[in-house]
Amino acid sequence: MEERKAIVEIKNVNKIFGENHVVHDLDLTIYKGEFLTMLGPSGCGKTTILRMIGGFEEPTGGQILVEGERVEDKEPFERNVNTVFQSYALFPHMNIWNNVAYGLKMKKVKKEEISRQVAEMLQLVRLNGFEKRYPSQLSGGQKQRVAIARALINRPKVLLLDEPLGALDLKLRKEMQLELKNLQKKLGITFVYVTHDQEEALTMSDRIAVMNQGYLDQLDTPERVYEKPATKFVADFIGESNIFEATISHMTGDTASIGLEVGNALCLLEKGVSYSLSEMVYACVRPEKVLFSAGEAEGFNIKGVVKEQIYVGNIIKSNIIIANGQMVILSRLDIDEVPKVGEAVNIYWNPDDVVLMKSRGYQIHHVIENASLGGD
Amino acid sequence: MRSRQKKIGRILSSIYSYLVYLFLYLPIFIIILFSFNTSERNIVFEGFTFEWYLKLFDNGVLLNAYGNTLFVGFISTVIATVIGTLASYGMSKYKFKGKGIIDILLYIPVVIPEIVLGISLLAIFNLSNIPMGLTSLIIAHATFSIPFVVFTVNARLAGFDRSVEEAAMDLGAGRIKTFFTVTLPIILPGVISGAFLAFTLSVDDIIISFFTTGPGSNTFPLKVMELTKTGVAPDVYALTTIVFIVTVAVTFITQRDKKKPIKG
Ligand SMILES: Nc1ncnc2c1ncn2[C@@H]1O[C@H](COP(=O)(O)OP(=O)(O)O)[C@@H](O)[C@H]1O
Ligand SMILES: [Mg+2]
Repeated sequence: MEERKAIVEIKNVNKIFGENHVVHDLDLTIYKGEFLTMLGPSGCGKTTILRMIGGFEEPTGGQILVEGERVEDKEPFERNVNTVFQSYALFPHMNIWNNVAYGLKMKKVKKEEISRQVAEMLQLVRLNGFEKRYPSQLSGGQKQRVAIARALINRPKVLLLDEPLGALDLKLRKEMQLELKNLQKKLGITFVYVTHDQEEALTMSDRIAVMNQGYLDQLDTPERVYEKPATKFVADFIGESNIFEATISHMTGDTASIGLEVGNALCLLEKGVSYSLSEMVYACVRPEKVLFSAGEAEGFNIKGVVKEQIYVGNIIKSNIIIANGQMVILSRLDIDEVPKVGEAVNIYWNPDDVVLMKSRGYQIHHVIENASLGGD
Repeated sequence: MRSRQKKIGRILSSIYSYLVYLFLYLPIFIIILFSFNTSERNIVFEGFTFEWYLKLFDNGVLLNAYGNTLFVGFISTVIATVIGTLASYGMSKYKFKGKGIIDILLYIPVVIPEIVLGISLLAIFNLSNIPMGLTSLIIAHATFSIPFVVFTVNARLAGFDRSVEEAAMDLGAGRIKTFFTVTLPIILPGVISGAFLAFTLSVDDIIISFFTTGPGSNTFPLKVMELTKTGVAPDVYALTTIVFIVTVAVTFITQRDKKKPIKG
């Protein structure tokens, strides 16, 4: 395994605005050349973290290092990172050429060199021919690309992007996602990307940092964030999940028998995490992993009735109501076998398709992060 | 029938508008007219002449007063614009205790009777040994103009997106560079409006100038006031006409610029 080089290190950073504790004890290492996404609902502190890296907010406590050098006290113009702002923040009084050239002009680069590089950048974001236009004469997607070109022309070590596609319509957003991802691969620049759109995070990122009210709940690859959510919040926020409250009633080897409100089930214990008998846990099962049968499967006795079915594209979702009134979602491709509406079924799953989560605390993700560092 | 009523309504309302404009501009046109009058007494128009315009250039006192007005207007405008713009910018950028009170205090000089401000300034000039004359006039005019500059710049800053300043700093500009390359150009229309307002106020002012001027440094309005005591000569009309035409020209030029699509 190749040793990854840290480019941004956030060490035990806290941010408090007055009474409002916005970022809690954040530890996050961002590696050179990676596409890291900070994902979380609006107000969870993503922008604040980005602004602390960019130099627009000072951490209340903790350290931020860029290329091994502490930067908390450095001004934005002294840091080798650039930002693509949420609102683009293009200079309205300058044409596109001048917007893109701004960074090089500040560095007093020679005129011919500026011309050459601006042309190259505009080519890269496919905006050649727009030099003389003003920002107000561009569409949202074009403004977006100007903002990216204006930041990239400085060859930053790290590019910070704050919900850069948030204002675009769905189709354009999908196109731009691909474009951005390709650009990042081509240039090899580290991207720190902020979004509240889980689908965007899953398709673009090398790693995702899931934020929950100022806490980092999980830092992992998209696959693992989806397959092995570290907390109930992550399971809920990313994709659709069936989450059951349960207590551990029995453990044999790495398998546990858990007692739900409505019956028993089996699940695999997470590696490296210690559990105790009668401990409260959450069991999370994705809708496509839920299995059904007429009779009881071994170790399971959860009974339910299919209430309704919803077609989403070529997927059929069956909503199954179990004894305590909780709704369990089961999803299948339309070519697969599905239960009939009104039919009574037994629900079960593969023990290793379940993710067990401690009911309290955010600490668990550290363990999982360490256990999963081998991947990549 | 309806359409006929509409037509009459339209005609009436346009006649009304013309009447309003007539009342506004009639006095000015009379002045312009009499500035070309051969008779020195302004009761009947007796014939056309440029005599008063030529005479004007011999009237050293009047021209000198007008020169004073322009000089005081120009310098006090520059001072008020710089101070007012920086004050507005500082107050919008930084939050500090007592900001609300400062905002209200800014309105006071605008609403108190000019005579109060005039007497207060006179008292201060006497106390501080500032020579009465052009210097005291400039200081006085700059003082009453500053709040107006602050208001117009405030209005422009209200719609100003601070993130463009952050973008400039992000791209390597220091704070001063950021102000001059990004902030100032964006708020410039507000600054220019403020400067025009300051200049207009200064050129127009009588009451405060009356208290704060010194011997030999009369401004144009003060001089005209003085002359009217003995009856207005047509050369004053001539100068008034020139001022009017210049003002109209400047207004048209600036208004035309405003109508251009605003970039950004
Ligand atoms: N300058 C500020 N002053 C006070 N509170 C702030 C400031 N900036 C952000 N906050 C608060 O911090 C929290 C997180 O905001 P933010 O980082 O913008 O979230 P996100 O980008 O994830 O939507 C919010 O509750 C917001 O109100
Ligand atoms: Mg945000």
